[in-house]
Amino acid sequence: MLRWLARPASETQVTHLQRLWLYVFAIVAMALLVLPTLIVIPMSFSDSQYLEFPPQEWSLRWYRHYLSSPEWMEATWTSLKAAFLTMLVATPVGVVAAYGLHASSFPLVRLAFVTLITPMMVPVVLVAIGAFYAYVKLKILYTLSGLVMAHTILALPLVLIVTGSALKSYDMNQEMAARSLGAPRWKAFLTVTLPQIRFAVVTSALLSFLTSFDEVVVAMFVSGGDNPTLTRNMFNALRDQIDPTIASISTIMIVVTSLLMVLAQLFGRGK
Amino acid sequence: MTADLNAAGLRRDEAAERLALFGLASPALLLVLIVMVLPVGWLFYVSFVGADGGFSMENYARMVREKSYGRIFLQTFNVSLLTTGLCILIGYPLAYFISGLPTRIANLCLITVLLPFWTSLLVRTYAWLVLLQKQGLVNTWAISLGLWDEPIKMVHNLTGTLIGMVHIMLPFLILPVYGAMRAIDRDYLKAAANLGASPTRAFWTVFVPLSAPGLFAGALMVFILCLGFFVTPAVLGGGRVILVSMKIVSNIELFVNWGAASALGVVLLALTFLILWVASKFVRLEQLTGGGH
Repeated sequence: MLRWLARPASETQVTHLQRLWLYVFAIVAMALLVLPTLIVIPMSFSDSQYLEFPPQEWSLRWYRHYLSSPEWMEATWTSLKAAFLTMLVATPVGVVAAYGLHASSFPLVRLAFVTLITPMMVPVVLVAIGAFYAYVKLKILYTLSGLVMAHTILALPLVLIVTGSALKSYDMNQEMAARSLGAPRWKAFLTVTLPQIRFAVVTSALLSFLTSFDEVVVAMFVSGGDNPTLTRNMFNALRDQIDPTIASISTIMIVVTSLLMVLAQLFGRGK
Repeated sequence: MTADLNAAGLRRDEAAERLALFGLASPALLLVLIVMVLPVGWLFYVSFVGADGGFSMENYARMVREKSYGRIFLQTFNVSLLTTGLCILIGYPLAYFISGLPTRIANLCLITVLLPFWTSLLVRTYAWLVLLQKQGLVNTWAISLGLWDEPIKMVHNLTGTLIGMVHIMLPFLILPVYGAMRAIDRDYLKAAANLGASPTRAFWTVFVPLSAPGLFAGALMVFILCLGFFVTPAVLGGGRVILVSMKIVSNIELFVNWGAASALGVVLLALTFLILWVASKFVRLEQLTGGGH
């Protein structure tokens, strides 16, 4: 251990001992990044009205409360439906757009790309009230399709960036080869290009799903009536009091997210 | 003659194909147009409509006249700057630490950055609310360790807002900085040391400038996102921290004043684009996103 401390750690021969502070700092920082979220998990199994850690009495009380509440269940279904549909719309629309903009040398390509990633830069509150107004006019306020449309434009920038960067490192000449052998362009794309960028496509799909599932502000304005989303209900509950039911919902969301992450990693291995 | 005809035909085909490929982006563009561009354009128009329905600057005049609006913009800038600063102070050393590790261990450490990045924003905000409240874990532990005697109010104020915002924004800073650091050829540092630079000097004159584009992109992204941030300050600020985005929402939800909300939105959007435009002189905007992870 002592010998390790005296060994040089960086290219400039700084020893491990001299930068011990950096290791301590980094470990504390990484712990602070992860632990605050994870601590909700044991807390959600507490029997108490007040969230304790460690819980004095373990129980599934708050999970039962969540699962037996029609209100929470309906909101969960709405969120899942919206997220799934957003994924189904944003992924093909975004991938096709990324491909088109990558392959085309049309003068407006850059402008189109910037337009498609602006939903990420524009304050989401503006997107929300803008969509709210537009949906009143189009008579699709509080409908699932309206919500999915709005979530799709929020997911598109991610799809474009992820798929776009995969296309950048892909050699388009392979597609040319397929076409010179007689494959039509769409077939060349489906059988040659798509399999090679599939990891980016799957990542895009997962990100689209999560974008919609996590989204709060737009859902606050354009979901409601009979169709409020889970996050909308959670947000409203948070503003009033600290409801332990939310700890159980949070735990479920953390588990689902981690599973999706692992899935994405597993799929990436195959590349 | 036929060669010319062929050439012209090929050119025509090429132009047609360029356009057809560009057309593949049209469904996406159409959606963005309907859901965002046109409605925001309408907000722009509404911001210039007065109470009597005619053209008027009253919505903007009110922002200048009433001191509270100035305070809100100032607070938004303060909170955004503080958050960005804290993110740099924590994120830069952390990214530096991870970037020096062997790839396998570095990837493991990166999970601690990516996990919060993927976890729901609302869940993370909720976690801080639970931890920082008066009977929360932080207070209980600090008192039992003797750090302080009375429970300190750490949430529903600026402190809680900053803690939550820094936690949520950190990955946006770390990922581009890490990417930039990873791309640095460490032999430059050896060369600097070889030429007599002290480790400190080599770090500040060689490493920091080389990682600066990543840092700039990350900090810019964090700042822009903070300017329009709503959820975390609304929950953790408890009404004591009012940012522009929250004022826009309350203008609509409580006062149903679209004119005032739109004018605020237009100013916020103009500020955002102004910052992005100035920044685009120094960095490619695509870089802001870290190129996807």
